[in-house]
Amino acid sequence: MKSMLKKDLVILARSRLLVGVLVVYPIAVALLIGLAISRAPSKPKVAVVNLSPPGASVELGARPARRVQVGHYYGALLKQIQAVPVATRAQAIAKVRSGRVLAAIVIPANIAARLSSVTSQGEIEVIYNGEALEQSFVHSTIEAALAQANLELSNRIRSLAASVIADLLKGGNLGVPGTPQNLPGLRRIPGILQGVLRRQPPGPQREALAQVAEFAQFAAQNLGLSGRVLNTVSRPIAVHTKLLHGRRTPLDAYAVVVAVSISLMFVCVLLAAGGVALEREEHTLSRLVRGLVSRELLLVEKLLLAAGCSLVLAFAMLAGIGAFVGLEWGRVAQWLLALAGGAVAFGALGVAIGALAREVRAASLLAFLLSLPLAFLALVPAGAVAGGLYDAIRVISFVFPFKAALQALDAAVNRSSPGLGSSLVHLLTLTLAFAALARVGLRRAE
Amino acid sequence: MSTAPGAGASDGAAGRAPGGGPSGDATDTPLLTARGIAKRYAQREALRGVDLDAHAGELIAVIGPNGAGKTTLLSILAGAQEPSAGTIELAGDAPAHGSSVGWVPQQPAVYSRLTVAENLELFARLERVSDPRAAVREMLEQTGLRERAQERVGRLSGGNRQRVNIALGLLADPAVLVLDEPSSSLDPRQRERLWRFVLESSGRGRSVVFSTHNVAEAERYAGRVIVLADGELLFSGTPAELARSSGSDGGLGFEGAFVEFLRIRGH
Repeated sequence: MKSMLKKDLVILARSRLLVGVLVVYPIAVALLIGLAISRAPSKPKVAVVNLSPPGASVELGARPARRVQVGHYYGALLKQIQAVPVATRAQAIAKVRSGRVLAAIVIPANIAARLSSVTSQGEIEVIYNGEALEQSFVHSTIEAALAQANLELSNRIRSLAASVIADLLKGGNLGVPGTPQNLPGLRRIPGILQGVLRRQPPGPQREALAQVAEFAQFAAQNLGLSGRVLNTVSRPIAVHTKLLHGRRTPLDAYAVVVAVSISLMFVCVLLAAGGVALEREEHTLSRLVRGLVSRELLLVEKLLLAAGCSLVLAFAMLAGIGAFVGLEWGRVAQWLLALAGGAVAFGALGVAIGALAREVRAASLLAFLLSLPLAFLALVPAGAVAGGLYDAIRVISFVFPFKAALQALDAAVNRSSPGLGSSLVHLLTLTLAFAALARVGLRRAE
Repeated sequence: MSTAPGAGASDGAAGRAPGGGPSGDATDTPLLTARGIAKRYAQREALRGVDLDAHAGELIAVIGPNGAGKTTLLSILAGAQEPSAGTIELAGDAPAHGSSVGWVPQQPAVYSRLTVAENLELFARLERVSDPRAAVREMLEQTGLRERAQERVGRLSGGNRQRVNIALGLLADPAVLVLDEPSSSLDPRQRERLWRFVLESSGRGRSVVFSTHNVAEAERYAGRVIVLADGELLFSGTPAELARSSGSDGGLGFEGAFVEFLRIRGH
């Protein structure tokens, strides 16, 4: 075993191109996947024509009127898109036609007036590029952007409306020169009226005043509820999020786990498969198995070599990324356990591939062709595909080690569920199954 | 060096009796005895009940048409394959294979990214040779590869690679050496050197079993010829006996007599 390990390390050290590819390629793939998962979709490039006059505002109430600047809406919209400001509608259409922007939004000059009228909605115009694929993406993105901008404007208007109502209820000084001082406010009016009533002799005037006092009481009570009503109208449904499985995994930490698992798999499977196939390609297998090294020991040696090399690489990668992403270093023992479990299972898969292939190139190609889709299948979220297809994906992901290794590492790094123990048991089972397959493959190929 | 079947330990020096076995001419006690060897691959019978005795100092050529089962028989004798039926016994109490039978497969079974010396040392350790470095030095001398010891095998010529292949087969000083078409990839000069080396090895008491497509080599170097066809042993005897059994009066030459023999036997 020691001599064989030493020999394989010497051969590996002399295959600098192979080592370079094995290290650089998975890291590059892993980083790309990590970035793709952790980065939010980029904002669409949209031309924006703001025809409303500078400083245009929506007015609410009177003496004094409260104002919401149209610029707030414009600003909220700009946060959601990559805006390309243009002066005219024609220029915006030209940009959409040329494909330099995916869509255009035209804010008309009268938007403030229409909103201030209270009787009509404000309107904006959206012009899309007709390309089908982009349109569907842009449409949904701009709809979301407009909804967000609408919500922000609605919140501001609601807030101002609530403030007007509060002033009506509490009275006092409105702080605007020329307006009456020490206004009583609707809440105080019933009490004032009751005081007047007590001093009023019985008669028709007292009865009329009593009715006014009763109405003032009713109005003050109901107006007091209006703030909550406005809140309910602006956000009729509040969303409360509840996670069913364990602790929440931050997306960037999960991306790290995905990236490291992919690197672990590629390096380990390719090394193990190549190592076994090399013995056949060099015709040394027949020399070795004639009593010098048993087939089982040969497979274990290749498995351990691949697992050891990939474990070192994956741990270095995890530790390196851990310097930038907040990982719990106190769980380093669990990280190593998860990486070791995954590496051994990937090693077993690799030796099985190597035992079935006759040469290194075929083994490498087979390992690559098998590993890449396995990684992507394991990342397909529930609900992203039809139920039957997802069941098939789950079965495939269950009988190959990537998903279990990913879950083990996720549990070790992010404390997610299923727990580390059950994932390790799964990996151990797969290791035994693939090792048995490798043993059969090695005998059949002789 | 390791203790090999037949008798006592060898001294590791050049010119010793291999494996401590009987030196000189063939004796009546075979170093290797194969009985009823059969090999089946799914529905195909590659070998059917082949018997073979290999004596010390004997040079046995296994010949036959393509697909006769020569490589299968030799790889079974070398322990590289398990027979489906039959037994192989080696003289003495040595293990059935490994260090007691040297194996030189048709394709050089060497690590091309390792040097000649690294290949020899690795297999010396795997063969559990007591002093691997001394065995490497000895093999480098015997095969004339001392100057190439630090070269990677992948950069050697086909002939030199075959020399490394043979050196690996002889590392453990085996009593029996099995060579599968050892001269097939060599030029005439390299073939001459190879056979001189094999004859020397046999002359030291080692039993050598080789397969070849070149029947002239069998006639020239082998003391005994075994003819296989369709997995069946058709003949075992001297080249002269094979020529006589074909009914030729010598006019056909050995190759012609061999072809005639196969025709008579329906192959």
